[in-house]
This record gives sequence, structure tokens and C-alpha cells, in this order.
Amino acid sequence: MLIAMASTVVFFTLLFLLITNAPGWPEVKATFFNWDAFKDSFPEVARAFLLNVKMFCIAEVFILIFALMLAVVRSLRGPVFFPLRALGIAYADFFRGVPTILVIALLGFGAPALQLQGIPLSTTFWGIVALVLVYTAYVSEVYRAGIESVHPSQDAAARSLGLTHLQSLRTVVLPQAVRRVIPPLLNDFIGLQKDTALVGFLGAVEAFKQSQIDAAATFNYTPFVAAAVLFVSLTIPLARFTDWLVERDRRSRQATGAR
Amino acid sequence: MRRLVLLLLAAVLALAASGCGGGGDSSTEGEAQGTSCTKGDLNLVNAGQFTVGTDNPAYPPWFGGDEKSPWKVSDPTSGKGFESAVAYAVAKKLGFNKSEVNWIRVPFNTAFAPGPKKFDVDINQISFKPVRAKAVDFSNSYYDVNQAMVVLKGTPIARAEGIDQLKPYKLGAQLGTTSYDFIQHRIKPSKQPAVFDTNDAAVQALKNKQIDGLVVDLPTAFYVTAAQVENSRILGQFQSTTKEHFGMVLEKGNSLTTCVNSALAQLRTDGTLQNIQDQWLSKVAGAPVLH
Repeated sequence: MLIAMASTVVFFTLLFLLITNAPGWPEVKATFFNWDAFKDSFPEVARAFLLNVKMFCIAEVFILIFALMLAVVRSLRGPVFFPLRALGIAYADFFRGVPTILVIALLGFGAPALQLQGIPLSTTFWGIVALVLVYTAYVSEVYRAGIESVHPSQDAAARSLGLTHLQSLRTVVLPQAVRRVIPPLLNDFIGLQKDTALVGFLGAVEAFKQSQIDAAATFNYTPFVAAAVLFVSLTIPLARFTDWLVERDRRSRQATGAR
Repeated sequence: MRRLVLLLLAAVLALAASGCGGGGDSSTEGEAQGTSCTKGDLNLVNAGQFTVGTDNPAYPPWFGGDEKSPWKVSDPTSGKGFESAVAYAVAKKLGFNKSEVNWIRVPFNTAFAPGPKKFDVDINQISFKPVRAKAVDFSNSYYDVNQAMVVLKGTPIARAEGIDQLKPYKLGAQLGTTSYDFIQHRIKPSKQPAVFDTNDAAVQALKNKQIDGLVVDLPTAFYVTAAQVENSRILGQFQSTTKEHFGMVLEKGNSLTTCVNSALAQLRTDGTLQNIQDQWLSKVAGAPVLH
């Protein structure tokens, strides 16, 4: 304990000294860690951050639903369902393969360019659609891993009781599968939160775009730090919450086992 | 083991104590002595070369000539287009011939990054602002600029006749431009304006009607309407209340700034700057002024 503490202190003191004694440090400090610039831009960036929050909250709801549907489709057995399975695989391959920023750019500028009657022009709308498409592909893989981690004997037992495949999936397999994948689901949720910053490419003024505006106006990068602080202030508590959830789940399962 | 750690700790503390006293003795060189602007004495990134930065693609009317790899749309090395011509004229005054001018790509965002610069001067329609001058050196003005509004013909905004009537519309600007400041502080629209990373993205949004009006500097507005967006027109220009102007960006405290300024002053007095402006920005005069 003492050694851990001492070596931590030594390590960080050395790191701190190394950075603050670097020849360029005063300049870096003035450009990245300028308190006045931080105070100036933080309220604006925080206001813009509400758009990020709005985007990832809406997107996450659709992602969780669509991804589960996609995972279930991919877990269907039997030759009849082959076209559906193939479509599911193609979808997941495509949207995991194309960089998110490209999906956002193609949809956000491409869809409105069709000039179809009634098609939404809002960049926020298309940004959310793009994020839902991409993250549905990722999250469906997480669900699928969860489904496959449930031992086949569970399904076999359910079927032997007379449940259909879908009934067994719904009442036996999925409840266990989803519970197991909560940590990776939250992991992807964190990824989604950060990727909302990409929607700024379409012109939407979210936190990162606002910090870019402030940085470009003042030639000072401190607003980026303000944006980073805001993102981190959401993702770190979520990560700790995930840890806590995993730990609780582990304990409760051990307790059940001992009974 | 524990003794080793304590020893290390002591060493660090000693280092910290000695480290705190140092520093703070490096800011006063190069200020006092008058700067010589003969070619051999210039403070250059690459000896014997005048390294000029700008962003890629290089758009008219700032840059001209045919696209030549790696440059897109236009060619800064052609000497054609307003900023290219100004850069070569300044280089010539400083004693460089055309082959000694070397162009490099500098994205706007990196023009003001801390640390040593890769360019001697960056010329990229960058407006002078006092707060920006804390981070970099600006040359004196090489162009006094007005902002302008580009709209699609036949849309509701195209009937607006004054700044007041622009408030209800969704407006857009390019990141890093003072056009955004203009929207926020002079027009004060009711809808959050959109801000685009690139000229291309802004133009696409205007074409898609995702924004009603695009605010850009006047010469760029002429290029957008002439070459980039069919069926668009300049609604009008806005008179700058702050004497807005473009300056070249140099590393903070660079002795070269003085020399570039004296070159610019000579170009202004002998009429060269005006000639370059007449040649490349002649069309710019005609836009109506919106009040």
C-alpha cells in the first residue's frame, strides 16, 4: 500500500516535472490551459453539449431496439430464413466497415440533396439516423455474442417443455443474454456519446463544433479542453456505474449459486 | 525496496526545488536590435526559401491557374489569383525570385498551433483580430474585406432588403471565418446558424436548402455564385464596421513580420497592391450594400 502510494507520487511528480519543464510548456499552457479562455467558452460549449445529449439519448433508444431485432434475425435457424440472415450479415458488415463520419456525411448531405417532397432537411435528424444505423450494427454483434453465450442446453430444455423457438428465445435465452452483455452495451453507449461530435460535420453546432468556433475565433485551443471536460464528466460516471453493475451481478449470481 | 522508493522520492523533491527557480529568462532576444531585411538576414524556416502556407483546395479568386497536383481547384504556384500574386509580390520585394517561393499546405486549424511553424507566412483569407494576435503575428492588411450573403434565387430570403429581415432564416458560415461572428453579432438570427468545416460542405448545405443563406467574404461570394452554386445570387454585401482586413499569419514574435510589413507598405505606395486587386478582384465592386 505504502509502496504503491509512494511510487504513484514519484511517477506523477516526474511526469509533471518533465512536462512543465519542457521548453514549449509556457506556450502550450497559454494555448491549451488558459483559465480565462476556459471561463469564456465553457458556458457556450456546455449549451452546445445539450445537443449532444439530446442526440445520443434519442439514438440510444432506437439502437437498443433495432440491434436486438437484428441479432434475433441473425440467430434464426433453418434454411427458410437464409435471406434474412444474409441481409443481417451484410448490414452489420457494411455499417461496421464504413467510417461513421462518412455515413454521417453521405446521409446528411446526400439524402436532402435528393430534393424529395417531405424529406427532412434537419442535420440533427440525419445525424441521429446515421448514428443509429452505425451503432445498430455494432450493438447487434454484442447482443449476438450474448445470445450465443447462453448454453444450447438452455434452449433445448425450453424446447423440450414445449416452447417454440421464439418463445424460448424470449423467455429463456434473451433474459440471460442481455444481462450478460450490459457492460459491453454501456461500452458502446459511451462510444456513441463521443461520436455525436461527428455530427458537427453537417454544420450542427454541438459541443465540439462550438469549441472549434471558439478556438478559431481566438486562436486558442482551450475551448477543446472545455469540450473534453464535458464529455468526460458524463462518460466516467457511466464507466464506474458499469463496473458497479457488473460487480453486483457477479455477487448476486454467486449468492444464488451458494444457496 | 521501500528504501529505494524513499530515495527516489527525495531525488524528485530535490529536482522540483531546483526546477522551480529556473525558467522565465527567454523572451527578450531579437526585440531590441533593429531588424535587417536583406535577404540573407531574414529569419526563414528553410534557408534561401520563402515558404508560404495556404489551405488546399485553393479557391478562386484568391488562387488561380489550373489545378496542379497536389493542389486542388487552383494552383497557388501559378502566381495567378489575388493571394498568390500578393505572396509572390511580397517575396520579390524581399529578394526572392519565383523559384525560391515554396508553397505548403496549411489547414486553417493548424495555422495557429503552438510551437515552431512550418511556414514563413500563411496567406489564407485570415482576418485580423486582436485576440488572435496574442497567439500569432499578423502582417498588416493586404486586403480590406466585407462580408456578403449568398442565397438561392426565388427563395423567401432572396426578397429581404435589409439586415433586419434576415433574422428569421437559417444561416450558415464556414468555421474560422468572421462571417460567423457577423451572423451572431450583427444579424442575430432566431435560429442557430450552421457552421461548416469546409467551403464544400457549406456550399452543399446551401444547394440542399438546409440553410437559407450563406455568409462569406465578398470575393468568395462572387466565386460561389459564379462557379459553385447554380441559381444562386449575392443578396448583398455588408459594410464592415470594424475595418476588417486579411493579414498574413507568422509565428509569434518573428522578426520577419517587420520585413513583410515594409514590403507590403512599398507595394501599397508603388501601386502594385492596387494593380493586383484590380486584376483579380475587379468584379467584386458591384454588389449592393445591405443596411
